[in-house]
Amino acid sequence: MAFYVVQFLTGLASAASLFLVASGLSIIFGVTRIVNFAHGAFYMIGAYIAFTLTERLSGAFGFWGSIVLAALAVALIGVIVEMVLLRRIYHAPELFQLLATFGLTLMVEDLVVLIWGPDDLVGRRAPGFKGAIDFFGQNIPSYDLFLIVLGPVVLGILWLLFQRTRWGVLVRAATQDRDMVAALGVNQKWLFTSVFAVGVFLAALGGALQIPRDAVHHAMDLRIIVEVFVVVVIGGLGSIVGAFVAAVLVSELNAFGILIFPKISIILVFLVMAVVLIVRPWGLFGKPEAAARKTPGLTVNPWRPLTSNERLASLAALVIAATLPLFAGNYALTVGSEIAIFVIFAVSLHFLMSVGGLASFGHAAYFGLGAYGIAFLAKMAGLPMIVCLLLGPLLGCLGAAVFGFFAVQLSGVYFAMLTLAFAQIVWSIAFQWVNVTGGDNGILGLWPSSWAASPSHFYWLALGVAALVTIALRAMVFSPFGYALRATRDSLLRSEAIGIDAKRIQWTAFVIAGTTAGIGGALFAYLKGSVFPDNLGISLSVDALVMVLLGGVETVSGAVIGAIVYKALNIWLVSQTDLSKLVLGGFIMLIVVVFPKGIVGMLEMLAQRRRKSSPPGSPLLAKPIESAE
Amino acid sequence: MSVAPPLLTVEGLTKSYGGIHAVRGVSFALQAGEILALIGPNGAGKSTCFDMLNGQNKPDSGHVRLLGEEITGRKPREVWRLGVGRTFQITATFATMTVRENVQVALISHGRQLFNLFGSAPKFDRGEAGRLLELVGMGGYADRPCGELAYGDLKRLELAVALANQPKLLLMDEPTAGMAPRERVDLMRLTARIAREKSIGVLFTEHDMDVVFEHADRIIVLNRGTLIAEGSPAEVRGNPQVQAVYLGEGLVYDARHREGAST
Repeated sequence: MAFYVVQFLTGLASAASLFLVASGLSIIFGVTRIVNFAHGAFYMIGAYIAFTLTERLSGAFGFWGSIVLAALAVALIGVIVEMVLLRRIYHAPELFQLLATFGLTLMVEDLVVLIWGPDDLVGRRAPGFKGAIDFFGQNIPSYDLFLIVLGPVVLGILWLLFQRTRWGVLVRAATQDRDMVAALGVNQKWLFTSVFAVGVFLAALGGALQIPRDAVHHAMDLRIIVEVFVVVVIGGLGSIVGAFVAAVLVSELNAFGILIFPKISIILVFLVMAVVLIVRPWGLFGKPEAAARKTPGLTVNPWRPLTSNERLASLAALVIAATLPLFAGNYALTVGSEIAIFVIFAVSLHFLMSVGGLASFGHAAYFGLGAYGIAFLAKMAGLPMIVCLLLGPLLGCLGAAVFGFFAVQLSGVYFAMLTLAFAQIVWSIAFQWVNVTGGDNGILGLWPSSWAASPSHFYWLALGVAALVTIALRAMVFSPFGYALRATRDSLLRSEAIGIDAKRIQWTAFVIAGTTAGIGGALFAYLKGSVFPDNLGISLSVDALVMVLLGGVETVSGAVIGAIVYKALNIWLVSQTDLSKLVLGGFIMLIVVVFPKGIVGMLEMLAQRRRKSSPPGSPLLAKPIESAE
Repeated sequence: MSVAPPLLTVEGLTKSYGGIHAVRGVSFALQAGEILALIGPNGAGKSTCFDMLNGQNKPDSGHVRLLGEEITGRKPREVWRLGVGRTFQITATFATMTVRENVQVALISHGRQLFNLFGSAPKFDRGEAGRLLELVGMGGYADRPCGELAYGDLKRLELAVALANQPKLLLMDEPTAGMAPRERVDLMRLTARIAREKSIGVLFTEHDMDVVFEHADRIIVLNRGTLIAEGSPAEVRGNPQVQAVYLGEGLVYDARHREGAST
């Protein structure tokens, strides 16, 4: 019995940090409507700076002073980020905001390694809370008790701040209707900046308070952000009480889940989240998102199928691409195959995101499931390659069918967070369930059959499949189904009023996109000869988002061009620098801020300006495929 | 009651939010080919009442029947399949599609081709889409992006979309709100003509009294969630209660007004 009590208390102690970070995210979202992906990064910087300061400053005041000082310093960084970056994108679509803050996260990950090195850092114990208390033979660290008390205290302080101060009233008013608050003469800029500072302060405080419990390392940002997303999805974005209750719930589920499913404890949290989402799609304490006043977005040209000339040009480009093995070496062919595979991956996300308006932040899950499908079929069942290629993507299809069912119940940022959480769960299973998946070591030795073994044959296979997939998905964009999907994106109200079952349409699109991504993953497994948990990791999901965005999220052929340019650039970059995340992160922010229409979008705009009367198709398909050579 | 049931029958429709009765025991009927206006001051419960008719909102109690068939609480898309078209107070159209494609999507849905993955939507029933657009006077705009239309044109497009499933009943929530006076008259004349030709029942809410009195065959008046009058335009115009709560509100505060307002 005592054991369970101690386990319960440990859960409560973990909840404190989680609550701090989640409440910060919630407050920021409530007012600015930005889901701050970089929140985990601020949490991590808080921990690192606190580590450095506690090493330098001594004594009780030194320790506690360092914690507060670290949080303040990070809040200041937050203010700078808000003023320099976020102010430029408040009116951009939410997807762009998520991506920009993700770019920031990537940069921070590299910067942290650059400054503090790649090793885990173990911080000091908190003065006055070094010991443990004996509880019927079980030890409870006294620092845990401190954290257990701290959580409700912070909740109380935040409550007072929001209920009893002028600033708090403004924040609550802005959470309900920020346009009205602005119309009443409140200086929105400073309100947003101060809110962001408070939110970041809470995240950094959460990180700083973790150092006596956990080692500080450079991957702690992604771990916390996924948990925080789960917390705010369960608790309801914008609700502080919700964040508190959900943080306790999630921490306790983790604490006890480890006793029930030691291998895959995260399953329990997932099940609870799924139940909450079905019963209350906006979280336990959240409110349904009010229909936002539409900010004048980017203008969209109606999409048109390719003209016959454009079709010929695309075909010519494909033929030219197919001649690559005649003059290129093996390395170039491997790169070419990889690019072709990423074209498949990008067009599958494009279908969901551009056509369906559903920006998945966890699309790699289905890519990776396709890859693992191959690994299981080839290694365990020993099936030949052609059978594997046909059946392997079905695992991606299955995953998309299950997760997609829940995901399409939501929309916008909730959809993005949920898909990310699902992907992270699949990743955790692949990582933790060592008996089946090999864990971190992956599954090795997946070689193509002899007919596809040579680099040129494999390249032709990848290119052919990529061409077929692109053509099929493009046909679907202009099919009745594709129009129904776009209808649900453009106006849910209208599509429901003309007999369209939006959820079923979106779910079908999710399954199509997931299966297609699985095809890409299946080929990828054979290309690399192995599968690893990274094949379904967050960074791969973000790669897909960036490819679509780079090509132009509002164009039909953007994904193809984006994939080719981005992948080629990426491969080149990794060979040139160790700081690829830093460069990549900066690159993402650059696209979002100065280049939001993407390559194809820009070219279409230029073409349209030049000859105003003719339709804006995309005769550009030819060029980039050549550039892939 | 041996004759065929009326097109739309509403019985004792009630909805409250918290302690506020938005709609209380509203009953009325609508015949095929009839144009019925639902009027009332702001906050009278018109929109709530309207939304319950096609399933946008669920009533607490009461019944809505279409040709005798119970449709209370059904989803909007199911009600649409039974032949009920709808336009919105604030237009809802597909902004990234062309005008023709907007109509085509409705036709695709009507033809139950929503899950057709490999047909061509831009080629889907262009003839019928063109006819519908001609009907509402939008034939010349078929290839224009819907996002760049003027508001009055969007209202006409909505009408074309609402007609795509050959409806028996049209529900139009403030069909002329936001339009120029000239356009209002044109749109309502058009609607009335189509309704008479195809024998479609039309229920509409409206604030513009000129539009109401020119086109409605019958008018029902809602105030504070309750039906206070029903009859021909002339009857309603002459009804003292209506004059008090609706037309003459705030001008005189006498005993008669108090009686009328608190029913």
